[in-house]
Amino acid sequence: MATVLILGATSDIASAIAGKFASKGYDLQLAARRTEELDNTRKDIQIRYNNQCDLYPFDAVNLDTHRAFYNSLSPKPDIAIAVFGYMADNVKTVVDPDILLNTMQVNYTGAVSVLNIISRDYLQKRSGTIVGISSVAGERGRAKNYIYGSAKAGLTAYLSGLRNELYDFNVHVCTVLPGFVYTKMTEEMPLPAALTAHPEEVADAVYNAVVKKKNVIYVKWFWKWIMMIIRNIPEGMFKKMKI
Amino acid sequence: MKTSIANWGNYPVLQANEKKFSSVRELTLHVRGNDQLIARGNGRSYGDASLAEVVCTTLKFNKFLSFDKTLGILECEAGLMLDKILEVIIPAGWFLPVTPGTKFITVGGAVASDVHGKNHHVDGCFCKYVSEMDVLTASGEVFTTSREINPDLFKATVGGMGLTGVITRVQFHLKPITTAYIKQKKIKASGIEEIISLFEQYNQYTYSVAWIDCLKGGKGFGRSILMLGEHAQPGDLNDIQRKAPLKVPSPRKLNLPFFLPSFLLNNLTVSLFNFFFYHKMTKKVVDNVIPYEPFFYPLDAVTNWNRGYGKNGFVQYQFVIPLERKDGLIALLEKISKDGHASFLAVLKVFGEDNSFISFPMKGFTLAMDFPVHDKLFSFLDELDEMVIAMGGRIYLSKDARMKPSSFIRGYANADEFLEIVKKYNPGKFNSLLSQRLELTS
Repeated sequence: MATVLILGATSDIASAIAGKFASKGYDLQLAARRTEELDNTRKDIQIRYNNQCDLYPFDAVNLDTHRAFYNSLSPKPDIAIAVFGYMADNVKTVVDPDILLNTMQVNYTGAVSVLNIISRDYLQKRSGTIVGISSVAGERGRAKNYIYGSAKAGLTAYLSGLRNELYDFNVHVCTVLPGFVYTKMTEEMPLPAALTAHPEEVADAVYNAVVKKKNVIYVKWFWKWIMMIIRNIPEGMFKKMKI
Repeated sequence: MKTSIANWGNYPVLQANEKKFSSVRELTLHVRGNDQLIARGNGRSYGDASLAEVVCTTLKFNKFLSFDKTLGILECEAGLMLDKILEVIIPAGWFLPVTPGTKFITVGGAVASDVHGKNHHVDGCFCKYVSEMDVLTASGEVFTTSREINPDLFKATVGGMGLTGVITRVQFHLKPITTAYIKQKKIKASGIEEIISLFEQYNQYTYSVAWIDCLKGGKGFGRSILMLGEHAQPGDLNDIQRKAPLKVPSPRKLNLPFFLPSFLLNNLTVSLFNFFFYHKMTKKVVDNVIPYEPFFYPLDAVTNWNRGYGKNGFVQYQFVIPLERKDGLIALLEKISKDGHASFLAVLKVFGEDNSFISFPMKGFTLAMDFPVHDKLFSFLDELDEMVIAMGGRIYLSKDARMKPSSFIRGYANADEFLEIVKKYNPGKFNSLLSQRLELTS
């Protein structure tokens, strides 16, 4: 059976994605900083689905280790999904260079670095699927979270370029732009129920996008239209808006 | 951020802060960071247990930890639900040792309520099969507990309504099966005397429960249908069933998408329902082999069936009285049918011997009824409480939303010792509306 690598496997969205692919018979490679937190997840997946599930230590911001990390994977995954991300309060990020650097390294440099390594292997093999979880925040910078947004904008552009490059090599690249999602990270935020997805819905959407080779997906369909409107508001008007 | 939460009866409703966690580390942060809280599973208790201004929802803390397919021992995190467990254990030839009437409850909830099922008279309650568990107490420490290790914590956690702490890990023993089917026998009883003697006559059956018409007075008072069952053997199955004897049926999805107006449920409609339910079965005895789902979980087929009672919600009232008080059972049924509080689903069962510490069951008759909430209901239920307790009986906490503290103390013989153990492990951190209403915690 095919193997799926999940990068940043401790988040709510990642565990939902892991469960979805495992239920479809895929073997799993779960990569995260604290693999000991995934011990129970590994046992759970093996009991529920009888699949292979292995844990690998991976640190997105430690770029020097990415090559060795990928070399250690056995077998090499058929599908690689980068789920990790980091969002801090924008006001703090503006004044604290450490938070700024972490935001950029986790969301942009770290993702690009590891996906560069994976994509070269896929390019050479002429097969594979890469999924990047980016964000609607990257589609237009807003006062509320423009530093996180700009990092995700970079990731979205990277994934678009990678898709373009790898098309001729039979490698598929999918960009996922989840809107609001109910997770531990957002439990204190008042989110509009109609616009907010559960992690399981994100997982279903990612699985379908992989199977159907979709390029860019939003999880809830109306986000596509909301973002189309937001992208098209004239800048003169947009700068006065509080959204 | 506050959201409205309620348990299955939709009464009472509370604005609460819901904390999620998926590891013991995250749970510890919530327990340390809040002065008062209570663990909450899938909200399938009926009343005000597991409701508090801060609740720690265990639903994301739901992993299998080990499954010994040879010995039938399962170990899991407390938020794992029974429906997911059945999907895994049935194909391996195992079943839950005890299951309540819904599979949408967590293992933590099953322990905290020490749930019972149709096999109580033979097999006892759920926790009889629990060999070990971990409980995170108010100090933030996790205690491993069993009948040998920290036994006081074990016995007060079993049926303890979450008041000793948050259950994090449970290890329990399963029951071997050879098919996923039930050999069912249904028998119609024309009145109360007949149903009681049928329970007696068929007490060797593993599963037994009766639906009873609580509104019918006069001739046909206590008319009921007794439902009996055994796990079917491969030889009992028909050719189609035999092809996959351990098949888990795919979930059916009927949903009640909104609350029905509460005036729909009145004595007339409930009497009609009961009339058809009783007469739909035209033969005196029916024998058949059916999948386990409709036998154990008939109501799970309709998601949100509780909305049928309207927005005001309902109270499920379940009492038990000692076996020798058959006269008392009749007196209670007479009062219920005379006062005419409509109850759709009334379920009668005979419990077996039970030496539980603070759990609900005792050897005797138990009756469970749903009553839509309205002005006169609570004084009526208070009168029932008095009768039940005078007979040496008690009320099930997992269904309760309104009983008085004195009814708890009088009904549960070990109440004082239970409260002492609770105080030892929980000086006041774990609190629910139920524990405050019954003055179990300060």
